[in-house]
Amino acid sequence: MKEYQTITEVSGPLVYVETDEPIGYDEIVEIETPNGDVKRGQVLESSDGFVAIQVFEGTEGVGKDASVRFLGETLKMPVTEDLLGRVLDGSGNPIDGGPDIVPDDRVDIVGEAINPHAREYPEEFIQTGVSGIDGMNTLVRGQKLPIFSGSGLPHSDLALQIARQASVPEEEAETDDDDEGSEFAVVFGAMGITAEEANEFMDDFERTGALERSVVFMNLADDPAVERTVTPRMALTTAEYLAFEKDYHVLVILTDMTNYCEALRQIGAAREEVPGRRGYPGYMYTDLAQLYERAGRIEGKEGSVTQIPILTMPGDDDTHPIPDLTGYITEGQIMMNRDLNSQGVTPPVNVLPSLSRLMDDGIGEGLTRADHGDVSDQLYAAYAEGEELRDLVNIVGREALSERDNRYLDFADRFEAEFIDQGFKTNRDIEETLDLGWELLSMFPKTELNRVDEDLIEDHYVEDVADEATAD
Amino acid sequence: MSQAEAITDTGEIESVSGPVVTATGLDAQMNDVVYVGDEGLMGEVIEIEGDVTTIQVYEETSGIGPGQPVDNTGEPLTVDLGPGMLDSIYDGVQRPLDVLEDEMGAFLDRGVDAPGIDLDTDWEFEPTVEAGDEVAAGDVVGTVDETVSIEHKVLVPPRSDGGEVVAVESGTFTVDDTVVELDTGEEIQMHQEWPVRRQRPTVDKQTPTEPLVSGQRILDGLFPIAKGGTAAIPGPFGSGKTVTQQSLAKFADADIVVYIGCGERGNEMTEVIEDFPELPDPQTGNPLMARTTLIANTSNMPVAARESCIYTGITIAEYYRDMGYDVALMADSTSRWAEAMREISSRLEEMPGEEGYPAYLAARLSEFYERAGYFENFNGTEGSISVIGAVSPPGGDFSEPVTQNTLRIVKTFWALDSDLAERRHFPAINWDESYSLYKDQLDPWFTDNVVDDWAEQRQWAVDILDEESELEEIVQLVGKDALPEDQQLTLEVARYIREAWLQQNALHDVDRYCPPEKTYAILSGIKTLHEESFEALDAGVPVEEITSIDAAPRLNRLGTTPDDEHEAEVAEIKQQITEQLRELY
Repeated sequence: MKEYQTITEVSGPLVYVETDEPIGYDEIVEIETPNGDVKRGQVLESSDGFVAIQVFEGTEGVGKDASVRFLGETLKMPVTEDLLGRVLDGSGNPIDGGPDIVPDDRVDIVGEAINPHAREYPEEFIQTGVSGIDGMNTLVRGQKLPIFSGSGLPHSDLALQIARQASVPEEEAETDDDDEGSEFAVVFGAMGITAEEANEFMDDFERTGALERSVVFMNLADDPAVERTVTPRMALTTAEYLAFEKDYHVLVILTDMTNYCEALRQIGAAREEVPGRRGYPGYMYTDLAQLYERAGRIEGKEGSVTQIPILTMPGDDDTHPIPDLTGYITEGQIMMNRDLNSQGVTPPVNVLPSLSRLMDDGIGEGLTRADHGDVSDQLYAAYAEGEELRDLVNIVGREALSERDNRYLDFADRFEAEFIDQGFKTNRDIEETLDLGWELLSMFPKTELNRVDEDLIEDHYVEDVADEATAD
Repeated sequence: MSQAEAITDTGEIESVSGPVVTATGLDAQMNDVVYVGDEGLMGEVIEIEGDVTTIQVYEETSGIGPGQPVDNTGEPLTVDLGPGMLDSIYDGVQRPLDVLEDEMGAFLDRGVDAPGIDLDTDWEFEPTVEAGDEVAAGDVVGTVDETVSIEHKVLVPPRSDGGEVVAVESGTFTVDDTVVELDTGEEIQMHQEWPVRRQRPTVDKQTPTEPLVSGQRILDGLFPIAKGGTAAIPGPFGSGKTVTQQSLAKFADADIVVYIGCGERGNEMTEVIEDFPELPDPQTGNPLMARTTLIANTSNMPVAARESCIYTGITIAEYYRDMGYDVALMADSTSRWAEAMREISSRLEEMPGEEGYPAYLAARLSEFYERAGYFENFNGTEGSISVIGAVSPPGGDFSEPVTQNTLRIVKTFWALDSDLAERRHFPAINWDESYSLYKDQLDPWFTDNVVDDWAEQRQWAVDILDEESELEEIVQLVGKDALPEDQQLTLEVARYIREAWLQQNALHDVDRYCPPEKTYAILSGIKTLHEESFEALDAGVPVEEITSIDAAPRLNRLGTTPDDEHEAEVAEIKQQITEQLRELY
């Protein structure tokens, strides 16, 4: 390995070096500063005799006298089952004071695309115990379902609730028959979150014993921003190893993707690239896709990778490039809502703009319950109508509305108070969620339920609720 | 992707930046296919400046560095054409994904190449010419049963000079065996090649007059597309672009479907791969896959191959058109294609146009959509390519460059609407914004083949919907009850048009496909409600009583009524509506 002391330029996170041998694109670099600090970086551009390096740990202390070593390989993550229960920094080094990691394998963190022909279509229902998700936006194994949130909203609590409660109902029934193979594991990748938030997560993991089956990657707010581009890839490489080599069902929580995208923009700006929308690089869609698409199931493999990335929408604007590009890649989104939050609804999930694209194949007879699809459609339609009428009420008042309209308004209120607002501690199974849905739907006369199959109405309609409503 | 015969020249890598590589000392022409680096990654020449050749590479370039070799094949990006393309799934440069899976497992590795059609499969060749016949370019010389649905026609290649047939084979052959020989010495095989960026020639382009029947009420009923037409489906995420595209791929009455998943989700392509072999084609009853070719370049697959997948798809479509088939091509999503162009362009440091897209964006889009049309082929047959492109505008804002440049070309516009999607009104196609410029030229077909007053009834529905959107503005201010009774009634009728007719459940076994006869019948039921209700109103019946008859809600169930029962059901509902309303006065 040759060492160079030929740095010609340092600019933000980037270092330019002259070389006299060919260097591979994406290759890993070590830079040693005169005072002995070793920083790692990656080749961003390689020309004859000249390379651009992106330094992960910040370029502080790097000058023309620093020496540069090219390691001749791309960035690898050491993987082993023993990573479970460990806490690592954003570059994959242990920070929990535990023993060194003895890897089974070292895997390239960029990851290769799963051949669509080798994928298995996700259709195994994951019960999160949250009605707004299970009933209305069902999560399935192998899905990528982000939480679109805003600053100051309790997205962390929701993510923790899901991590705590997530289960697959069928398997509970036959728990011990299942060999250890299909155990559940959580890979947690934190990018640029505050130490306080990090503590919240860690406390919850420790309190509930979840840490034992988790791998935690921590890049905190004061850690180098460039490292954030590596953290999720480390996390996903670990998740893929656990899922496809060790048969775990892995839930990956990535928070906060907004910080990740900021880091991308920072690098793009340092490289003087032509910026795309709002200064984010033009390749951000491709870059994000390379993360999000690393969820899924593979034919013939036991395990699965399910992703719940969290992002805070700047200004609560879902047309901002970060949520916008994310929404185009992920299979739906769970939207947190500020108004619901200030009304004290927990979790403040607004189901109307939320969506799970894989829901339809994961629910129904044999999977959840035969009436699930129809109930959810009808709840959506009714809540949307009620919500729309609220605007009108503000202008004309309730009295000016018909009995039918008033009923929809009542429904919307009860839907939020009873169906959505369940608290972060309540774990509802899917039966409970659907029965609650029927109780609310039964506020309407049967003829209003045009999204529900007539047979299902006969089976589930709660008669006395309708009587009460008309009696009022 | 067709396999290169020989290496014409070799150069050396000078620099690498993502998918863009420059090489020196390479003698190449624009769009030549080259193999890059020690691993032989496939790429295409996109710029030549002095001694420096710029290449876009179709695979990941990690670890590739200066000094490694670049081999030029001297040929443009070319697809393999021949039997075996249907029932296949390809990546963006026509490498069969099932073959790649066999060779490198579940994850896509680099540097593996495979021909687009299996060269070892035996096909039963049935000649349609005999020795002594004169044939010219494009003529059919024989047929092969490619799938249960499709008879593959073996054509004299478009660039051939033709000649007299001197020898004809019949029986079982692989695609590279010669099946017909001409007096010019030309040998014709089932296997042909064609460069993807060049349109395959035809005699003439004609005005399309036949609809591509989609089985979707809002499309056939309000905004039809012609066989040979072009359509765009723009919409924000979650508004149902992919579901609409897939419904069209499943139920449109095309002979051949080419489905391009361009920069979209892996799981979506898997869904298609799993569903299509199971689902029956409503025209033939055979599995849908028997008429379908899939091209999957998912969002995490190399970006340069995303740029090429659109061309790969349309070239395959043109080849089947040459046989006289009606081909429907779905491109989901053309925005990802445009973004791939933008990404490559920005790596080349080209002067950007609007929003960073290259200045040639509009030209590329129109070149692509112009490859659609209703054509007269050289062999005398007529074939068509209908192109339906999804557009994913950032933030759902239709004023962005890809949507705008697409709208200047396409003649059908199906605008998806996030408000409708949030209310779970699917397909979430906004009836105020959408349009079809084919309506007038297709009406004669509907009149001849479905019903006489197809156009009149559609106009009635459009008028009611227009009136509704005007009234809705007033309702927003004063509430519904403040409106005069006749207007309240119009709103009620419009609600039935929306809920019983425009809405369609793509997941329901019956409702997902609605033949034009049923589309007409459901609407005629609502029209009866309209006419009878107004009769009753004129006779002095209060509007609450009119709207509370129990026959009307049954209209909402018509979508899910089986196709063979709907006629009787509609007739019965009409009769009951009439009876119940007339009882009121």
